[in-house]
Amino acid sequence: MWSIGPIGFTAPWLLVALGALPLLWVLLRAVPPAPIRRRFPGVALLLGLTDDESQSDRTPWWLLLLRMLAVAAMIIGFAGPVLNPQTAREGRGDLVIAIDATWAGASGWQSQIDRVSSLLNEAAIADRRVAVVALSNLPDDALPFAAPADWQNRLPNLHPSAWQPSSAIDYFAAQQGQFETYWISDGIDYPERADLLAAFEAAGSVTVFQTPRSILAVRPARYEDGQVIVAATRTPTGAALDTQITAIGLDPSGVERQLATVPIRFETGAADAETPMILPPELRNRITRFEISGARSAGAVSLTDDALKRREVALIAGSDSREGLELLSPLYYLREALSPTADLIDGTLSDLLLANPDVIILADVATLSEAEADAVDDWIAAGGMLLRFAGPRLAASDTGRNTEDPLLPVRLRSGGRTVGGAMSWGEPKSLAPFDNDSPFFGLAIPDDVTVSSQVMAQPDPTLADRVIAQLADGTPLVTRKLVGEGQVVLFHVTANAEWSTLPLSGLFVQMLERLAVSTRPAIPDLTELAGTTWLPSKTLDAYGNLQDGSALPGVAGEVFSTAMPSSDLQPGLYMGEDRQLAVNVISAETVLSPISWPQRITVEGLTVLRETAMKGWLLSLAVLLMLVDVIASLAVGGRLRGPRADVAALLGLLLLSAPEAQAQVEADVFALQATSQVVLGHVLTGDPQTDEIAEAGLLGLSQTLFRRTSIEPAAPIGVDLETDELAFFPFLYWPMTSSQSLPSSEAYAKLNRYLRGGGMIMFDTRDADTAGFGSGSPEGRKLQAIARSLDIPALEPIPSDHVLTRSFYLLQNFPGRYNSRDVWVEAAPIDAAQVEGMPFRNLNDGVTPVIIGGNDWAAAWAVNANGTPMLPVGRGMSGERQREIALRFGVNVIMHVLTGNYKSDQVHVPDLLDRLGQ
Amino acid sequence: MTAPLNLRADAEGLAAPMPALLAEAEHLANTVLLGEHGRRRAGTGDAFWQYRPAQPTDPARSIDWRRSARSDANFVQDKEWQIAQSILLWVDQSAAMEFQSNENPTKSRRARMLGLAIAILLNRGGERVGLTGLRLPPRRGDGQIMQMAQILCQEANTDYGSPNSQGMLPHSRAVLISDFLGDISAVEDTLLEAAERGVRGALLQVLDPQEEEFPFEGRTVFHSMTGAIEHETLRAGGLKQRYLQRLAERKDRLAQLARTTGWQFQTHHTGQPATTALLWLYRALERR
Repeated sequence: MWSIGPIGFTAPWLLVALGALPLLWVLLRAVPPAPIRRRFPGVALLLGLTDDESQSDRTPWWLLLLRMLAVAAMIIGFAGPVLNPQTAREGRGDLVIAIDATWAGASGWQSQIDRVSSLLNEAAIADRRVAVVALSNLPDDALPFAAPADWQNRLPNLHPSAWQPSSAIDYFAAQQGQFETYWISDGIDYPERADLLAAFEAAGSVTVFQTPRSILAVRPARYEDGQVIVAATRTPTGAALDTQITAIGLDPSGVERQLATVPIRFETGAADAETPMILPPELRNRITRFEISGARSAGAVSLTDDALKRREVALIAGSDSREGLELLSPLYYLREALSPTADLIDGTLSDLLLANPDVIILADVATLSEAEADAVDDWIAAGGMLLRFAGPRLAASDTGRNTEDPLLPVRLRSGGRTVGGAMSWGEPKSLAPFDNDSPFFGLAIPDDVTVSSQVMAQPDPTLADRVIAQLADGTPLVTRKLVGEGQVVLFHVTANAEWSTLPLSGLFVQMLERLAVSTRPAIPDLTELAGTTWLPSKTLDAYGNLQDGSALPGVAGEVFSTAMPSSDLQPGLYMGEDRQLAVNVISAETVLSPISWPQRITVEGLTVLRETAMKGWLLSLAVLLMLVDVIASLAVGGRLRGPRADVAALLGLLLLSAPEAQAQVEADVFALQATSQVVLGHVLTGDPQTDEIAEAGLLGLSQTLFRRTSIEPAAPIGVDLETDELAFFPFLYWPMTSSQSLPSSEAYAKLNRYLRGGGMIMFDTRDADTAGFGSGSPEGRKLQAIARSLDIPALEPIPSDHVLTRSFYLLQNFPGRYNSRDVWVEAAPIDAAQVEGMPFRNLNDGVTPVIIGGNDWAAAWAVNANGTPMLPVGRGMSGERQREIALRFGVNVIMHVLTGNYKSDQVHVPDLLDRLGQ
Repeated sequence: MTAPLNLRADAEGLAAPMPALLAEAEHLANTVLLGEHGRRRAGTGDAFWQYRPAQPTDPARSIDWRRSARSDANFVQDKEWQIAQSILLWVDQSAAMEFQSNENPTKSRRARMLGLAIAILLNRGGERVGLTGLRLPPRRGDGQIMQMAQILCQEANTDYGSPNSQGMLPHSRAVLISDFLGDISAVEDTLLEAAERGVRGALLQVLDPQEEEFPFEGRTVFHSMTGAIEHETLRAGGLKQRYLQRLAERKDRLAQLARTTGWQFQTHHTGQPATTALLWLYRALERR
């Protein structure tokens, strides 16, 4: 086969005939169009008239061109052109299909699998043994050679991993025998790729399949100067690119939401981009991960651990009177130690408690008022940490002298002691090494840390448990007491350098870190990690979804220092004793670089090119051109009039505008159907059974409305969110299935426009039998995912005086097939108040845009073609009663949709009171 | 080919709404055939004119005994002198008249219908109608109309028809219906001869709308209805202006001829209703 570019010809010699085209041009040009013979009595008047201008009797050039094109199309068509001619892949012997299967290929995973499938087909024809190997997830023993058909069945089970191959070279070096390798590459270079290539080449020839694609990845966010810096990287570095980074976290009610979104711009040629994200600390601490919007891979997700969490620390000192003496201020060293890593807040204790800080530091504060003490006590029990420092005031006071003060870990002896001073014997004391069970265990103690004064703890049976740091002579330096969820910690020295040199040393900062007062660095150093075990709580799969990691074994702390994710250290969140560690695919230093394959390696695209014979198309084109030529010749010869012209115009219209016209007509038909009568709509979920029940349900409701009310709806219509206009429907019923896909952004825009424009969507998770509202049924989670981008107002369960309870029937229950009270509507305004003598409040001035519940209303409403119920509800007569109430609720909903707050008007009060029997 | 009966039925239908046409009889002393046109003097006729004293020459049976019985003298009842007009028709039956375009009727169908309709009207008004060229001498009666319809349904095989003045009685009336696209000299001769005999009348030119518009484009060979005359052009559209000019000249010539000979001239298109043309013919023959 001879080919030009992607087109090959089966009979290329026929193309020689193209050379005859110029000849045809000359021939065709010389022959004028045949004259029309026309009977015309007026010819007597024409006799003697000659054509005034010399009219060319030749065919016009465009007509000639048309004919030439027709002939050329015919010649080329008969030459048998084939698009993408496939040369059968040669090769025999064993074949290894090696797939990188890293996160970088996750977004195009299906195309890779398709390519593998087509390679397997070719191998099946060539009768070769094949082993399909994911390099990031290697088989345990020898290469699993099998028949290609076996592998076809196993392909759907192949999934990419969220890490890059790291031990493949050892594995392949151990393999014996010759094999050919097809390498499906993700296009991102990794350290051992070159060695791996050498190993493959040693075993046989290598063909690489990869498609250049743009890969975006987000780096771990860092905290700098009061703002979060989010960074992203990409490959290849090409034209400028705008994208968005979204911060996702839990909202106060525990629902995952987009907390913030920042645009980020890659300049032309730049591989990295970063942008600050300014967030209030409350919001910032909620962030659990950053994502690049729209990218679907583990690299586009960056989990956050404690590194980003900034603790709020409230500082209160006993005396602020000595203005100007900053270095003597009890809080000076604390501020210095904490301000880089924590958010410090000042104020009075009662104000600070309202802010609910993580830590309250009382520096030399002896007594609190009783109310304050109670509030602080409650705050500690709820998880707060009270950090106290001793000082002259504490030493002088009677606090915790005889009985244990709830806000002090130990009882104190009066006065304290002083050693190594001018008026005392002895040397200043140094610190004893920390115990194993102390949170400070492992911290190196500098020699120059000495304590010259301290408050002393009263010996007590519980004292030994509460000491977490002590001096060389065994007197407690730091004591701790656990209270409820929280703790009280006392440093027996001052927070300034008056009593000890501790605040001057680095140890002080480290101790604060260990106590989780200040925020720690992202990766703890090796010494800190040594001997610890971290349990994975969440892992990130290659597609960027979080999975439960509790089934995985714990990871030794030393592994974290290498920080390269692998199958042993899967990306995700790891729980330590008192903190979390995030392992991300992309670190701050990761460089994404495209692979440059050596010249000798064949690199093919991933796209499966299909052979397309173009003969038929070209011959059709030739016929079409000839048809056009017929019309054009008629037009040129002046014969295109009367019925012929009509036919020609019709033909032309058909040729040119058929599809658009068709689409337009369909849209018009849809619009007419939806608008000529009231029509209830349901959103098509893609699940045939759900859609059928939704349609039958709305049909049943429509029939009920028709019979009982003045609303006479037509048959319900299923609405495709992507293609159909929503504005025609006053009401959409949206059953949730766990398998439905998220709407596109256009569809979201349409939905939000619909909700703002007064439409109502009734979300039905259909799971009220198995799940309470908000609990984690698959449908509920899908609803949360779908509703995340919707413009939904604050919700509340239907209050008993909501207009839905009386828009047609008087109802207090809203059952469907299930009878759950958890039905939510737009929350009433805060200032809605009940007026004396009125049975209901003056509520929302409008229609609630959503009704959310799980009662599977459509199933209760559903009727079949005979008008009898499709599905059973409850048991016996009570079930039928429930179905009746369900229908009544449906009637109320539609009435509410169509009449708004009409029944909210106070004018109905007397009638309603009468009917309520009040 | 129109059956005579159909043609007559069409023509009767067209003539039905018209009042009886009483064509003026003017200076027709020589054509002393009686008609229904009173001459305001005693003579042969049906209508009462006057009683006069009987003369000795009057035959006894002419005495009006009823009137005479009321006096002593004998009276004779005179009738009003009544004469009839004779009108000769010429309807072009040549091949050129068979032309038709779109949904319009052929010119010859329209021309025959108009001719026969005016003949029926005149007949109803008591005139004598006939065809030129000694084919059908003027006579009265339904039989004459039937005969006329039959003759009109014949077709000539010439391209263009030419009228002749044969058979026109002096001071009678004539109606010529044709497209007048052929040789105009025959028309001229006929009109001049007719004028010499004191014959007056109407020229009605029946044209197809296409002949009036010439809506042709492209390379065309025009040929006459029999194919005897041909004209080829490469660009028919370019001829339009000059054709229309010639047609206008032809009409002018005919109108001028009509003026000089005291005739009436009008053009009628087959696209228009036939009644307008019939009305015009009616008025034209009514004129003194």
